[in-house]
Amino acid sequence: MITRKNLVHGIGLLIMAVLPLAAEAAGEPFLTTVASRVLIYALVAVSLDLILGFGAMVSFGHGAFFGIGAYVVGILTHHSYEATAIAFLPGDWTGTTAALIQWPMAMLVAGVFALIIGAMCLRTTGVYFIMITLAFAQMLYFFMTSLPTYGGQDGLNLWERSTLPFLDMYDDTQFYYVTCALLVAFMAFARRLVRSRFGMVLRGCKQNETRMAALGFPVYRYKLAAFVIAGMGAGLAGALAANHTEFVGPGLMHWTRSGEIMIMVILGGMGTIFGPVLGAATLLMMEETLSGFTEHWMVFLGPFLVFVVLFARRGLYGWLVGTEADDGG
Amino acid sequence: MAADPILEISGLTKHFGAVRAADDLTFSVERGQIHALIGPNGAGKSTAIGQLSGEIRPDGGRISFDGRDITHMPTYRRARKGLQRSYQITSLFPDFTAEDNVAMAIQAQQGHSFRFWTRARTDETLREPARAVLKRVGMEDKADLKVTELAHGEQRQLELAMTLANAPSMLLLDEPMAGMGRRETQGMMEILRPLKGEVTVLLVEHDMDVVFALADVISVLVKGSVLMTGTPDAVRDDAEVRRAYLGDD
Ligand SMILES: Nc1ncnc2c1ncn2[C@@H]1O[C@H](COP(=O)(O)OP(=O)(O)O)[C@@H](O)[C@H]1O
Ligand SMILES: [Mg+2]
Repeated sequence: MITRKNLVHGIGLLIMAVLPLAAEAAGEPFLTTVASRVLIYALVAVSLDLILGFGAMVSFGHGAFFGIGAYVVGILTHHSYEATAIAFLPGDWTGTTAALIQWPMAMLVAGVFALIIGAMCLRTTGVYFIMITLAFAQMLYFFMTSLPTYGGQDGLNLWERSTLPFLDMYDDTQFYYVTCALLVAFMAFARRLVRSRFGMVLRGCKQNETRMAALGFPVYRYKLAAFVIAGMGAGLAGALAANHTEFVGPGLMHWTRSGEIMIMVILGGMGTIFGPVLGAATLLMMEETLSGFTEHWMVFLGPFLVFVVLFARRGLYGWLVGTEADDGG
Repeated sequence: MAADPILEISGLTKHFGAVRAADDLTFSVERGQIHALIGPNGAGKSTAIGQLSGEIRPDGGRISFDGRDITHMPTYRRARKGLQRSYQITSLFPDFTAEDNVAMAIQAQQGHSFRFWTRARTDETLREPARAVLKRVGMEDKADLKVTELAHGEQRQLELAMTLANAPSMLLLDEPMAGMGRRETQGMMEILRPLKGEVTVLLVEHDMDVVFALADVISVLVKGSVLMTGTPDAVRDDAEVRRAYLGDD
C-alpha cells in the first residue's frame, strides 16, 4: 500500500542503498565515508530512541556505551597488534581483529555495563535519572582518560581495522554496506521490538508508569531490559565508529557526545524508528557544511532545534510523514 | 455477619506534614461485599486506597489481604494477587486506543511480557478478551478511538474497564463516577451492580444515592479514621454521621 509513510521509508532506504554508487558517479567518492559516519551515528541514535522515545528514559549518558563498544574493539586490536596478553582477563589471550568476535563482544560488554549502570540509575526518575546517567558516563570518561595502558587522554590508534570473511573493511564502499546492513537490521529489530508485548510495556511506561504498576507490571525489570538492549545497540555502533576513524579516545564518552546523540533523536523524531536516522543525517550534515564557515556552528543548531521541537511533534520525521508518524504500530 | 474478611487494615497511619491523612485507620472488608467508604473531602479516602494498592507507603500499621501481610508488598505484586484499583483522576494511556488500554490490562495477567517477537496489536489472545471487556462496559463501538478522543464519561468507563479486565478478586474504586452526569452514573451503576457477590469492592463514592443503592456496608471516614461502620440504614440514621458528614438538617 502506498501511503505517505511507506513512501518516505522507501525513498529513505533507496537513498541508503544507492548512495555509494551515486557518490562514485558524481565524482565525489569521499561522500561514501561521510555517509558511513552518518549511519554509525544513526545506529546509536536509534538505540537511544528505544529508551528515550519509546520508554521516556532520558538517558544523558548513552555515549558511554558507544565509547565502551569502541574501546572493546580498540583494546582487542591493540593487544592483537602488539601480541601482548590482555592483563585484566584470565589466561593469556592476545586479542583478535576478527569482527565476528570483536563486535559481539563490544555489544556484550556494553550490555553488561548498561545492566550495572541501568540497575542503579533506574531506581531514580526525572531529573535525577538524567543527572545520574550523565554522572556515570562522565565517570567512565575520566576513567579512560586516566588509564595510560590504553592511551589515556590521547586515546588509542587502531592499527588495523576489524576483519570480516570475504570482505575488505578498508574498501570504503564495502565498509559502507556493512554499516548499512547492520543499521537496517537493527532498525528491523527495533521495529519488531516496539510492536511486541515487551514494546507495549515500554510504551505503556512512557505514558503512565504508575498505572502500569497498578495493572501488575514490574516496570523496573522491563525498563532495565530496554536499557540493556539500547546499550548493546550503542556498543555495536561504537565498534563501527572505532573502525571508521581508526581511533578510539575518551572523547567518545564525553557528555557532549551523549548530548549530540540525544539531539539527533529529538531532531529526527522521538518514538519513531526512522526519525533518529534523519536526525543523525541532518545534524552531521549541518556540522559538515556549517563548520566550514564558522567553528561556532552550534549557534545555528540551537534555534533550529527549538524550531523543530516547537513545530513538529515527531521531529523532522513527523514533518515528512504527517499524522501517520504518531504510532509505532 | 459471617466473618470472612478478605482485607484487614489495622492501625494505618500516614502523615503529610501536619495533615493526618490516615490516623490509626482500622477496618476490614468482608469477602464478596461491596463496602463503601464515604467521608468529606480531604478525609483521607484516596490516601487509604493508595496505601492499599501500595502506591503510598504508610508510616505505620498493617494491611493484610487474603490472609497475608501485604504492608510492604510492591504495587505490581498486589495487583498480581488480584487487588486492582481505579483512580479518582482518570489514569489511562493517552496515546493508545480504548482497546489498547484494556489489552494492556489483559497482558498484565498473562504471565511475563518478555516477548519480543509477535506483534501485540494483532494478538487475538489479547485483543479478543479486551473487546469483551469493552463490551461489558458498553464501549464496543469506541474500541478504536484514542483516549484523547473519548468523552469524559467514556474515559471514566474505560478507567473502570481496565480494573475489571484483570479478573480481580478485589476492586478498590476511587470515585468511579467522579464528574459524571446523572445518566452516565446510572450506566456505571449497571456495570457495578452485577459485581455484587462476585467481586469484593471497596467503593469510595460521593454520590449518596449510589452508595445507598450498591453498598452492603458503609464506613464513614473523618480526618483519617473511621467514625463508624454499619449497614446503609444504620449509617443513614446515625446522628453523629449526619452531623459530621451528611450535613443533614
Ligand atoms: N501527596 C500529598 N502531599 C501532601 N498532602 C497530601 C497528599 N495527598 C493527600 N494529602 C492531604 O491528605 C489529606 C487527605 O487527602 P485525600 O486522601 O486525597 O482525601 P479524600 O480522597 O478523602 O478527599 C488532604 O488534606 C490532602 O490535602
Ligand atoms: Mg479522593
